[in-house]
Amino acid sequence: MTIKAITLDGVEKNFGAVKALAGVTLRVDAGECLGLVGHNGAGKSTLMHMLNGTLSPDKGVLSIDDTTVGSGWSAAAAQAAGVRCVFQELSLCPNLTVAENARIVHRPLKGFGWKARATALIVTKLNEIFPGHGIQPGDEIAELSIGKRQMVEIARAFTVTDTALRLVILDEPTSSLDAVTAKQLLDYVKRETSAGTSVVLISHLLGDILGTANRIVVMKDGKTVTERPAANFDRSSLVTAMGSAHAAKSTFKREHDFSTQQVLVEAHSGTMQFEIRKGEIVGLTGLAGQGQTQMLLRIFEKRDAKVQGRTAFVAGDRQSDGVFHLWSIGQNITVRSLKALRKMGLIAAEDEESMASDWQQSIKIKTPSMNNNILTLSGGNQQKALFARALASDAEIILMDDPMRGVDIGTKLEVYDIIKSEAAKGRCFVWYSTEIDELQHCHRAYIFRSGAAIRSLAKDALTEEQVLQASFAESAA
Amino acid sequence: MKQLLRQAWVWSFIAAAAVWLITITYTRGQGAGEILTAALSFATFTIIVGLGQMLVITAGPGNVDLSIPATITLSGVVAMKVMDTNEAMLVAGIFASLAVAITVGVFNYGLIRLLRIPPIIATLSSSFVVLSSAIFLGHGLRIKPPTSLSDFATARIVGIPWVTILVLLLSIFVGLMIKRSIYGRTLLAIGQNPRAAWLASLATGRTRFLTYVASSLLAGVCGILLSGFSGGAALNMGEEFLLASIATVIIGGTSVAGGRASVPGIWGAALFMYLLVTMLNTFGAGAGVRLVLTGLVIILVISIAGGGEEQRS
Amino acid sequence: MINRSTLRMLLPFLSLAVVLIATFYVAPLTRSYFGLNLMLQYSVPIALATIAQMFVITIGDLDLSIGPFVGLVSCIASTLLFSNPALGILALLACIVAYGLVGALVYWRNLPSIVVTLGLSFVWLGIAVLILPSPGGKAPSWLSAMMGVKLPFVPFPIVAAVSIGLVVHFALMNSSWGVVARGAGGNPKSLARAGWSMLQTKVAMFMLTGFFGVLSGLALLGLTTSGDAHVADRYTLYSIAGVILGGGEFVGGRVSPIGAVVGALTLALAGSFLIFLNISPDWQIGAQGAILMIVLALRALLSPREAVR
Repeated sequence: MTIKAITLDGVEKNFGAVKALAGVTLRVDAGECLGLVGHNGAGKSTLMHMLNGTLSPDKGVLSIDDTTVGSGWSAAAAQAAGVRCVFQELSLCPNLTVAENARIVHRPLKGFGWKARATALIVTKLNEIFPGHGIQPGDEIAELSIGKRQMVEIARAFTVTDTALRLVILDEPTSSLDAVTAKQLLDYVKRETSAGTSVVLISHLLGDILGTANRIVVMKDGKTVTERPAANFDRSSLVTAMGSAHAAKSTFKREHDFSTQQVLVEAHSGTMQFEIRKGEIVGLTGLAGQGQTQMLLRIFEKRDAKVQGRTAFVAGDRQSDGVFHLWSIGQNITVRSLKALRKMGLIAAEDEESMASDWQQSIKIKTPSMNNNILTLSGGNQQKALFARALASDAEIILMDDPMRGVDIGTKLEVYDIIKSEAAKGRCFVWYSTEIDELQHCHRAYIFRSGAAIRSLAKDALTEEQVLQASFAESAA
Repeated sequence: MKQLLRQAWVWSFIAAAAVWLITITYTRGQGAGEILTAALSFATFTIIVGLGQMLVITAGPGNVDLSIPATITLSGVVAMKVMDTNEAMLVAGIFASLAVAITVGVFNYGLIRLLRIPPIIATLSSSFVVLSSAIFLGHGLRIKPPTSLSDFATARIVGIPWVTILVLLLSIFVGLMIKRSIYGRTLLAIGQNPRAAWLASLATGRTRFLTYVASSLLAGVCGILLSGFSGGAALNMGEEFLLASIATVIIGGTSVAGGRASVPGIWGAALFMYLLVTMLNTFGAGAGVRLVLTGLVIILVISIAGGGEEQRS
Repeated sequence: MINRSTLRMLLPFLSLAVVLIATFYVAPLTRSYFGLNLMLQYSVPIALATIAQMFVITIGDLDLSIGPFVGLVSCIASTLLFSNPALGILALLACIVAYGLVGALVYWRNLPSIVVTLGLSFVWLGIAVLILPSPGGKAPSWLSAMMGVKLPFVPFPIVAAVSIGLVVHFALMNSSWGVVARGAGGNPKSLARAGWSMLQTKVAMFMLTGFFGVLSGLALLGLTTSGDAHVADRYTLYSIAGVILGGGEFVGGRVSPIGAVVGALTLALAGSFLIFLNISPDWQIGAQGAILMIVLALRALLSPREAVR
């Protein structure tokens, strides 16, 4: 008989209009390694924050050992229940040493001799998981390489003082580890689970998941779609399970030939020659965070890249990169075009207003007045305003940083049409997107992995399978 | 009306008016006009530096100019020294003094940019040097301003000081710049979200540079006028303007989190601060009570206005 | 080969050594027990104020009111503590509690500490003026006796400054509690995830600032023997400069108590050094500002370029 460590029943979580989790039912048994896979935005992180107590469900039940935990579920309660998390963004204190960081999560490490005990605790665990790690307990985190930081963070999650370990959640734990340490970790996970601890392993490296997990759960659009013992999966069946059922087709009916057009952007990325011509819509894709945004910023800054023309940036992370939250919708649109709106040194109010209302018309921003604050708009309409900002400008090159995050499908379709007509007028678009469906609106795409472009796919090759095959490579053999 | 009351700066005027009314009720209407005239004269100097501090604070969290008092003193001393009571040197003195002030601003921004240190420390350490230069130049001297300067600084028309009228024009200019110039828009954008401002292709570096220079320049103007007004430069003439400049900006409704500036609020707040002191003096309160109340008012206003809550985490 | 980060760590000590050697060279008379004692006596209250400032800087705040607060303490101690010790102690404790409340206010309303403490500086000054409108009062005799103590071989100010540095260093850098306090400055989110209360941490750190401010005021009164509301106005600048000179950083919880004491000593010595050089006292604070800039410039040179990615 299996003992259930933690179960989720019908858990839902919404962020505004976005449904991050749409009723997830999940069981983690004691002593098993559960593999969790799915695309970017499938709801894996939200699920993890739920287990860790940093988010609470809008709906549904979370229980431990068959005991339902109610509103009292918090980060501290999760700690006390023996649930630990290794987040993708590291959560060590950079100004503290390795041993001191162990103290932060262990309250019993206090009083006389705490430092010796903390040192022994973390060093023992590091030795156990990563023999030959070369990390000193007195090293300051800020001075360690990113890989070593990750090793410390993982080892810390497995250390035990007063509460027994029940569940450790590892989110992309091998993303900064080299092949040797990654293998050390996965071997340790197997040993640890056979000793009774549960582990949830989230990774885009399918080989790691297939080789380590006992059971695999596939998530998609905030739901679990498939759940099977790991032995019943292989690479291609896993990829198929993650993908969408319908095969999207390119929305371009005619072949386009851009080879005679002027080259606007020229750069090197890894071993690839990166080139974008006038009128082209070029996708940057692959898994999330593989250097696509950095490529956009390189073009934006004209750093190590030959760029012919003015650029405008469409942010995907609206709050941190795009929206000016104190300003009206109109001001948020005109901010990129102020120079053109000047009359005798001052910004002409009527020109500004007419630019705002023109774009309200052409991009269909739903608002009673463009003078309303930008935050009165829904996320999709805020995003339209950011598109309008770039399109209203004098830029020939539009850089888009995964701009459709959390945008509803209706808005998306409208914006796709605008992009296409603007491209037909001679602008070029560099479009970072992780959604395969979106790539159907590109003339071609570059696949990024580990910070560089690794493949270029022509329009016809932009199928889900091709992109996934190129993206989900094995961990370095 | 309701919309007007929602503006933070309106409250600074209401507070100023309330304090004035309480004072003249206490004095049974005596000196009502004189109090206002005096308030305008003294508040004017605070308003000048308040405008500069407002621009700096609007550039976002961490931006504050602590070198304003030292710059006021140095430019006052330089002006008096160059003019040396000589009418013919009036213009030369003004130019020399403003050139020094601009240099301080350039230096401040240079420290922030080149040493990559927070503006507080940059302006603080440069204020040490600036103040020392002032002490050195002004050593043992108390030069009277040329008559034309002191006449100008104290002249009035129907009870309103000329300087106040000029500063009103200056305020309108600054307000216009903030609302309708590219510099102003860029400043407001940086204050709300520096990264988004950069990604919107705005000239963020140049704007911050101009902001620190403007703040120093206005401190220089204040130093010259104040020397003319009070019969010469004194080494402690800038002291009170550190708190005054920051307090007027915050009480006036400019956001400490950056991105929102309020020029009228500076007028209301500067008048309020001066009238509050006048009221306490009228009541016979000593220096201690005045100081405690001034401090508490600032803490109260900032607590109500809140800090970074406009920024979503 | 000494690497950059070691050099960075040694910078405060090197700065002190440079100023000390220069002083010894220019004024050989200072190379004596008496000379050092005289030259360094005021470094004790400055060091204490610097430590006070360091606690708030650890959690990313700044206290612009520490100078007037030290003045207030000197006023309370020269009047209340002198005439009615019980009441005096109670008043000083109330001051520390007030600091804690300010910390709570800063946390709850998410306020910029600069503005709050700037307002607070007026409150302290006002209360000080109310207690002691003009300089006066008298230091309790035990205080003056303590500050005037003559130790064998090593002058008292040096022993006092070094002990303060070591005690606080142990508490903040070596105790399990100090780790949490510094962690709160380094990565507050991680602390919260581990279930620590940021409110408690903030209040505790502000109260420690108050506590060391009280010690600074008492030490200063022991030297001046009479109270004065304005006696420590420059301490705000000194304390901030001292923390920075000592290798502290404004954000990220990186501070060094021993460095802070060394920074305070450097500033105090720099003042004397300039006098010995026959440089007019006009340039005293200017030179202190220049030292601050030079050290910051050296540090900028020695720190690795912030990685963009």
